[in-house]
Formats: sequence, C-alpha cells, structure tokens
Amino acid sequence: MTKTMPKLSHWLLAGALSLGATLAHAADTIKVGVLHSLSGTMAISETTLKDTVLMLIDEQNKKGGLLGKKLEAVVVDPASNWPLFAEKARELLQKDKVAVVFGCWTSVSRKSVLPVFEELNGILFYPVQYEGEESSRNVFYTGAAPNQQAIPAVDYLMKDLGVKRWVLAGTDYVYPRTTNKILEAYLKAKGVKEEDIMINYTPFGHSDWQSIVADIKKFGSAGKKTAVVSTINGDANVPFYKELGNQGLSATDIPVVAFSVGEEELSGIDTKPLVGHLAAWNYFMSIKDKANDAFIKEWHAFIKDKKRVTNDPMEATYIGFNMWVKAVEKTKSTDPNKVIDAMVGIEYPNLTGGMAKMLPNHHLTKPVFIGEIQADGQFDVVWKTKGLVPGDAWSDYLPGSKDIAADWADPKIKCGNYNTVTKKCSGQNYK
Amino acid sequence: MVSRTSFRAGLAGFALLLLTLFAASSVRAADDDALRTLLTQLREADFTEKEALIETLVGMDHPRIAAILGALPESRLYYQEEGDRMVIAQSDDTEIAIEDAITGQPLGQVVKRDLDRIRVNNRLRSLIEDRLASLGLSSADPGKRRAAVDAFLRNPKPESVARLKARLEVEPDKKIQELLAAALALVDLASPEATVRAGAAKALGGWTQAEIRGPLLRVAAEDSDVTVREAAKTALAKTEFRLQMLGWAETLFFGLSLGSVLILAAIGLAVTFGVMGVINMAHGELMMLGAYTTWLTQQYLPVNWSLPVAVPLAFLATALVGIAIERGIIRFLYGRPLETLLATFGISLILQQAVRSIFSPLNRSVATPDWMSGTILLGPLEVTLNRLVIIGFCIAVFALLWLALQRTRLGLEVRAVAQNRAMARAMGVRSARVDALTFGLGSGIAGVAGVALSQLTNVGPNLGQNYIVDSFMVVVFGGVGNLWGTLVAGLSLGVANKVLEPWSGAVLAKILVLVFLILFIQKRPRGLFPQRGRAAEV
Repeated sequence: MTKTMPKLSHWLLAGALSLGATLAHAADTIKVGVLHSLSGTMAISETTLKDTVLMLIDEQNKKGGLLGKKLEAVVVDPASNWPLFAEKARELLQKDKVAVVFGCWTSVSRKSVLPVFEELNGILFYPVQYEGEESSRNVFYTGAAPNQQAIPAVDYLMKDLGVKRWVLAGTDYVYPRTTNKILEAYLKAKGVKEEDIMINYTPFGHSDWQSIVADIKKFGSAGKKTAVVSTINGDANVPFYKELGNQGLSATDIPVVAFSVGEEELSGIDTKPLVGHLAAWNYFMSIKDKANDAFIKEWHAFIKDKKRVTNDPMEATYIGFNMWVKAVEKTKSTDPNKVIDAMVGIEYPNLTGGMAKMLPNHHLTKPVFIGEIQADGQFDVVWKTKGLVPGDAWSDYLPGSKDIAADWADPKIKCGNYNTVTKKCSGQNYK
Repeated sequence: MVSRTSFRAGLAGFALLLLTLFAASSVRAADDDALRTLLTQLREADFTEKEALIETLVGMDHPRIAAILGALPESRLYYQEEGDRMVIAQSDDTEIAIEDAITGQPLGQVVKRDLDRIRVNNRLRSLIEDRLASLGLSSADPGKRRAAVDAFLRNPKPESVARLKARLEVEPDKKIQELLAAALALVDLASPEATVRAGAAKALGGWTQAEIRGPLLRVAAEDSDVTVREAAKTALAKTEFRLQMLGWAETLFFGLSLGSVLILAAIGLAVTFGVMGVINMAHGELMMLGAYTTWLTQQYLPVNWSLPVAVPLAFLATALVGIAIERGIIRFLYGRPLETLLATFGISLILQQAVRSIFSPLNRSVATPDWMSGTILLGPLEVTLNRLVIIGFCIAVFALLWLALQRTRLGLEVRAVAQNRAMARAMGVRSARVDALTFGLGSGIAGVAGVALSQLTNVGPNLGQNYIVDSFMVVVFGGVGNLWGTLVAGLSLGVANKVLEPWSGAVLAKILVLVFLILFIQKRPRGLFPQRGRAAEV
C-alpha cells in the first residue's frame, strides 16, 4: 500500500489543483494538456509519460514558470479508446484552451487526433517511435522515424553479426506492417533473397508462441546466421521471450532485436533467459552522462520509488517539452502559429550527449544505440551511430514515398507531403 | 626413540610446508599482478581486443580464473573507481555485495551506478561459454560432457580432435558416445579423401542439429565428388524424414499444451456458467487475481517453493472474492442473464482498475522456478518443461474437480440444485448456501488457473481480458454443464489451432477456428455433449 499512496494522492492533488486553478486564476497560468491513457490496455506504457510531463511541469514551475506565468497541467484519460482520444483532444483545445498537448502512444490514436489538431490549430508533441509516412504542421514527432531505429539496427546485424537470414516478426497493425515493408525493401536492396526473409504477424496480446518459436528455430537451422527483427507490441513480448528462453533459443544462436521493448517492458519480465538479446533505441537508462544521471535522480525523487526505470519515450517527452519551452520563450507568446514557426531549428541537448535539433519536417536529429539486455533488466550499449541521424518522415525505401519530402520552414513549400518530382503538395491529406 | 624421530620428521615437514607456502605466496603474488594487468587491459579494450584477452585469460593458471570467467558473461565483473580495483558482484540488484576479483576478499555493499561494468557482447559471451564448456570434456557430470561436445559441434577446431577421439574410447554413456562419433564424422566431412567424406556423410544422416545439417546441406550441394553428393543427399533424406516426424509430434504437443491452458481457463467457467447458468464476465479477472497472488507469494518465498504455496492461496483468495461477488450482487440477479452479464462486466472493470491503482498499471515480473525452466527429452522430442508441468497440472485440477463434484456432499448438493432447484430445496438442501459455495468453487479454480498462466504470460491488469473469450468458446463448444465436454473441447480447439497455425498464420488460424465454431453451433446448439434431462430445458 505504501507504494500506491503517493500515486493516489498525486492524482487527487493534480485533479484538485487543476480544478482550483481553473476557477481562481485562469488567466495567470499557461495550460499544458496531457493526453495519455491512464486506464485500459495502453495504461501500462502511457501512465509513465503522464508522470513525466507532470514532473517536467513541476520543475519548470520551480524555475519560475514560463513568461512569468505558472504552468498548469490538464490531465485527461482517453482510456486506450481511439475515438475517445479525438474527443478528449477537442475538449483540451476548445474547452480548456491548452497551449500545447503532450500525448498519444499508438499510431492509431495519433491518426485519430490528427484531424482535430489540424482543424483547431493545436500543437501536439508525439513522443514515441513510429512508422513514419506522416508530417503534420501541428505535430512534432520527438520519437524515432524508421531510419532512426529500424534501419541502423538492421545495418548492425548485417555488418557486425554477419546475419544472412531474417525473421521479421510483428503484431498485426500499422506500425509493424509499415516498418516491415520498409525493412523488406531495404533488405532486398542489399541483396538478401526472398527465401531468406520470413515475415510473421500475430494478433494483439498473442500469448501462445510455441509454434512460431519452433518455426523460427527451424528457419534458423539452415546453416546461415539468422536474426529476428521484432516489432511485437508491448504485452505480447513477455510470452514471446519466455517461450524463446524455454525452447533454448539463446541470443548467441538467434539474436532478437526489438523496437518496442525498453527498460519499462523488461521490468515486467524475468530477464535472465534474455541476456544478450538486443534492442534499438535513441536512449538507454544505462548510458552514463551527467544529464542522464540528473534526469534519473529527479525522476526517482518525483515518483518516490528508486526502482522505477526511465526509457526512450520519456527522453522524447523531455526533449519535446524543453523545446516547446524554448520556442515559447523565443516568441514570448503561446500563440500556436508563432510557436510552430519558431520550433524549427530549436536545439536542446539529448540526455545521452549530442544536440537534438528540430528539423523542418518536424522530426528530430537523434543518436541511435543498439543495446544488449542484461540480467538486471538494463541494456548495455554495444554499438552506436557515429554522430546524429536526422529523422526522415518519408522513407526512401518505399516506392510511394521515395519522392515525398516534408518541409515546414521553406516558405515556398510549407507542406507535409511535397512531391519533389512533380513539385506539387497534395495538401494535408495523408494516405 | 620413536617419539624423537617422529618429532624430527614433523619438524622437517613443518619447515617444508612453510617453504612451499612462502614459495606459493610469492608465485601467487606474481600471478596476481599478471592477472591484474590483464583485467585492467580488459577494461579499456574494445570487443575485438577483448576476444584475444579472454583467450589469454582462459590459458592462465590462477585459482580465481573460474570465478572471473563465470562473472564476465553474466555482466557481474565491474571496475570500482574508488580503490582502483576490479570487483565481482554477487547479484544484480541496485545495491550489491561485491568482492575483489583477484583476491576474492569481500568488500561489502555498494550502489551499482557507482561501478563501471566490464561490457561483453554476444560474441564474447558465446566464446566464454564455449571455452568453459570445452573444459568439461572429462568431467564426471554427463551434462557437462555433453555440453563440451556441443561446444565442439558449434566450433569444430582441428586441435580438439585428438581429445575427442581419446574420450570416445573411454566414454561410458551411450548417447554421448554417439554424439562424439557424429562430431568426429563432422570433421571427416572436410577430409580431402572422397571415400572418407562419403562415409562421414552417411554417418551423419538422421542428426537434426543445425550444426550437423548445415554442413551436410553444403556438401550435398557443392561437393566436387558425385558419390559424396549422393551419400549426403541420402543422409539428408533420412534427416528430413526424422524432422518431419518430429514436427508432427511437436505440433501435437503444442496443441495439447494450448488445449490444457484453454481447459484451465475454462473449467472454472464450466462450473459457474455450466452448472449455475451465471454468465460471469469477471471470470478472467479472477484468473488475474490468482496470478497476482503468485506474484505476492514470490515476494516472500524463494522462487522454487512459491508455486506449490501459491496454488492453495490463490484458490482461497479468489474463492473468497467469488463468494463476495455472488453474495453481494449475483444472487439478486438470478434468472436475469442479461443483467448478470452487465453487472459482472462492471465488476471486471472495477477489478482491473483496482489492480491498476493498488499494484500499478505496469506488469509484474513473476519468475519461473528452476524445475520449470528449460527443455526435457521426451523420447526423441524436446519439449519445454513449463508446458509439460502445466499439462500435468491441468489433468490434476480436472481430476480433483471431478472428484469433488462426484464424491463429496457438496458436489452432490451442487448437482442436485443444478438439476432441479425446487426439488432440491424441498429435500432440505440450502440452495442459497450451495449457490455461494459453487460460485466460490468456480472462482477458486479460476484463481488456480491464474497461477499457471503467470508462468506463461504477462501478469498485469489485462491478463483476464485475453482469456475470457476463449474460455466461453470452450464451454459453449463442449456443451454447457458438462465437464467432460470442456475437456474434449479444450483439447480439440488447442490442437486444431496449432495444426492450422503454421499453414495459415496465427491471425487466420484464430479466425478459422471461430468460423468453424459458429457453424458448429448452428448445427448443434448445445455443443459437443449436450446435457440431457429436465435441467437442459431450463
């Protein structure tokens, strides 16, 4: 119980504060919307991000707020329900008149709120790695695009581990499907043959992995080094890794590199059988850096639990929040049009070194790390890119998006999907 | 006289002992220094340099080598800046006990973030495991000898051939003998003589390991000699046949195992839905509570003992929750199935959110005990132990439930109330009490199923949702109110799913099974084993 008490009280406090604040001095604060699921399936991942935003606001207020005003969090719960995301987004923008929203995790929730943000001209910071193929004027993508996570990971497996055969395993929804399409095209461009690629999709929350793991084992026994590239979604990972461990597939036989498994997901697994499996992220908690150490310390103090971990989407939230603060300070206003224009070009240091820069396509420059799972549930970095990788909204490996570019800075283009061949912008309509 | 000589001998012996001790300690000091330099180099080296350093480390003669090599792949070797020394950590928590890597002297507790980990990657890890394993060729433990031969298969080095040949002469274990012979044949496969290669290829037929099949495939495709290629092809045909047989047996096992999970999830529902007619949408959440009980038990008990304790605890806890639900809500809604459905759905949401608030929305990590990890050879088939244990557990739960319903007073009353409530009451059965106990029994079994599920899947607030549809499917397919029906339905749905899966993919397999079920219900609305008699009419 002791563990839960701070949480509950936190909640109540936040609720009471926001209510009291709206009644008393509505004009004296800048409102920040938090649109993360606190109940339902996605609560497992999104609750942490809600806490992260609250921590960042707290810290900013301690520094004296922003433009002389205090920041005030407006927390809503879209309950892992995609249409509800759109409703809550509308509520935040119209009723609460928030200056900015931090939110969403799944791609489907982002797609669901996108029209609302464009209609009401709001600002959304989206902190999760995603499949790309999108760039909206009203959204800032602070997570990784495929070329900042998937492609470098495959490069590492190919060059450093000599992998010749590939299993692309994913949960059956838009992010894995698009990512795997990009990866398949990329692998084929690198000369990998059709029969050396196995693609497998499973339903959400799949829990019986026996035959699929046996299939992977068979596929990997053809005498060529085999690796699994996993876009399996959060909850299905635990039974997948358990089955891998039980069937004796260790990382030295067939390594698995995952794009959706971070420190937080590992804290729910007994990691001993997983040692050596890989993950690709732009941030790892284990990376030693002054900024990271300070962030972790602050997180532990805020959440009052020394065992809680930090992860990549938290860093993305942190960078996004601080960039927004910088943009507001620069324009001395929270007017969406001014802030959106000021955002491009803003720089803020990463937690792991280097400088994140907001690009004209509303994506960031990021370092890419490959980490190996350790017995304590942390990752050890075994490889990283030299320098930072600029996020590419439209993949160069898909036939449809090769010629598309996004540029919100160039006054002649100002478009999220500009066709560089026909020199035309097809407006805000995304496929 | 006697005493004097013995005294003198004793004195000489003592002197000798001192001398050796002194010599040993000075040698030891020199060794320590060499080891220290090596470990210091290890700290700064990149992965390729580390590889060479580890090879030197393996060749060194120092009592601490085994401890260091054991700690390195588990990432327990650290550098401590304060004191400038290499240390070995005992565990993996945030605060850990450390000892000096070179002397083995304990150094107390430190915070892990203050230490610098000596990083290893997969390649180094397998290198170390390989070297450690190949040292075990003459060990007394057959498992270690096997591992040594396996290590050779993965990395066949010509310089080890002589040792393997020598071992083959004296090896008492028949299985390891065969494996040794295969390992040696694998070396012969690269021989310059065609006849030797052909003979080796023939001997390797039927070995399904990738390490043997891979080279054989290469020989069958690329060898310069036709006879060798043919021999390799015949051998491969033998392997393929064996693989196919094993594949079928494996599919059957996977099906039975999925079936046993389905039965465990459904059997509690078979009691509440089948016998009492209550549509309990919170059934999945009762399983979730059982899984959380397992997690709680593991917080206080060692992992290996936690499960046997968790089973009765989970049964009690969920049975009590079940009785509370029945007494508090369901008893007011008997005979109104739609309202029961909605009410229990509400309970399921309340239970989920309660767990989220009490334990956090994050998954909890439930460890697998040693006796349930890894694989076991069942004849030629390698099966995972946890699945095997769960199949056994499922049979035990089913048998106990069946006995309870057939052989106990409560069971008799439950059946009586299920068959004809009014008549049973007229005979003096307190039907309200029986209702509560029956619901408690069904709920308790759901909790027990949760203990099993905690070994297979996430222990989190959503655990129940993933199983509720499947459970209803099994009960409806088997025939409401029939335990045997549940058993047969669970097993057949499990096997059908696993037979379809490799052919159609996991998503389509699930859809196909559902479509089949819908069609089946059209034909036989009461399931596989419909209940006969008056009760069926209600």
